[in-house]
Amino acid sequence: MPSYGQFRPIDCDLHPMVPGMAALTPYMDEFWRDQVVERGITTLDTQSWPVRSPKTVRTDWRGADGRGAATVGQLRAQSLDRLGTAMGILNPLYGVQLVFNEDMAAAFTRALNDWTRAEWLDQDQRLRASIVLPLQSVEAAVAEIERLAPDRRFVQVLALVMGEVPLGRRQYWPIFEACVRHGLPLGIHAGSAYRHPQTSVGWTSWYLEEYAANQQAFQSTLASLITEGVFTKFPGLRVVLLESGVSWLPGFLWRLQKTWKGVRFEVPWVDRLPAEIVRDQVRLTVQPLDAPEDGAIVQRVMDQLRSDALLLWASDWPHWQFDGDDAMPAGIPESLWPKLMRDNPLATYQRLSEGVVA
Amino acid sequence: MARIVVAPVGEIPAGGRKLVEAEGKRIVVFNLGGEFYALSDRCPHQGGSLCAGLVSGHVESSEPGVYRYARRGEMVRCPWHYWEFDIRTGKSWFDPKRVQVRQFPAQVTSGAALVEGPYVAETFAVRVEDEYVVVEA
Repeated sequence: MPSYGQFRPIDCDLHPMVPGMAALTPYMDEFWRDQVVERGITTLDTQSWPVRSPKTVRTDWRGADGRGAATVGQLRAQSLDRLGTAMGILNPLYGVQLVFNEDMAAAFTRALNDWTRAEWLDQDQRLRASIVLPLQSVEAAVAEIERLAPDRRFVQVLALVMGEVPLGRRQYWPIFEACVRHGLPLGIHAGSAYRHPQTSVGWTSWYLEEYAANQQAFQSTLASLITEGVFTKFPGLRVVLLESGVSWLPGFLWRLQKTWKGVRFEVPWVDRLPAEIVRDQVRLTVQPLDAPEDGAIVQRVMDQLRSDALLLWASDWPHWQFDGDDAMPAGIPESLWPKLMRDNPLATYQRLSEGVVA
Repeated sequence: MARIVVAPVGEIPAGGRKLVEAEGKRIVVFNLGGEFYALSDRCPHQGGSLCAGLVSGHVESSEPGVYRYARRGEMVRCPWHYWEFDIRTGKSWFDPKRVQVRQFPAQVTSGAALVEGPYVAETFAVRVEDEYVVVEA
């Protein structure tokens, strides 16, 4: 197996984990700092990623307290330096999206983004990050983009796949307009804000059900973005589906496109095949890749996608998707590694190329 | 190629249609405001009868929320899966090059010309003083 380092790989999905609310209060104004203490808000860990679940933090990456991904030092030792990562994109998954109070949500999200900037971006020049959006308020989300976009180390905005209403709805369009204006792709990550049951048939009983259900949400969110005309309205917008599993896409697109042929008059702004829209404007990270470890089968999925530009390499650190340093899913041919690890991320995230030697 | 006398002109009013079977083919003839168009009655998808399909207009959009509706009565939708075809060309909207219904030439011909033949599938008497819809198939 070739070493990853020779490809100067770009890791498109890294998850720093906030140790607790005490880590964020230094990044809040005095009112919210005191509110966190007075109300006894100790953590915003969410059940989308239960800290003790084996999936959330790989066993050998956990610290003595059972947590992980708390410091840049851990990221370097466990991932960046081991894999030879040239650049990595941080996607913080702290439960700021679950807060109902819009003002609190905006304050906590600002604190989270500033924590990411000070304690991660400033600590290692290989790092880039997503602007976590306080989607409880479109105005607050746009304001957060405007506040942080001048820092070119923020290369994407981040939403959860299960939010309040389908993400393509027009109320969110000022956010997409800001994304395009600043050259920021819209990253959509597995996880829920718990405004609705995690499945369309109701609340799940088990973590297992919930993690698997993210795939349904990715399908519904992608369908919403396509049918509402987001890609038509914003041809410059790139959407990145993070930790989606990937292999559901061809089958789902088949169903969506087949039905579109009959009822496209409903959505006349969808004026070309949905699969073409996806090929032009949607990208997916490959950790995890839901497929057998059989190169021939993985190749069939790749053929069905009809493009080798769609997939972005990611380790999903510290989530437990692989053992050792086998951070590239089995079955992806080595001939594609340069594209997945370097070319495709650079083509997707225009800000990554700034100051980068070709 | 046979020439089929489908009907006297007055039998297919504007906006109307008629299904004919001749030479082993099922053909649906539409009257769009006095112009006649003939398509195979077999949807290229799975063979649904276009004669039984809804006739509607065509909607396009310059951006989400904007509906540009035009050409009322000129698109037929297969009753099975609602694929839409341009009655004037037989072409599907979503893939006009590869997905289209076979089209046959249709015209209006005088009865006087018809009696000179050769024509097929006449199930009614042709009168020299009337006009008839004729399809080449």
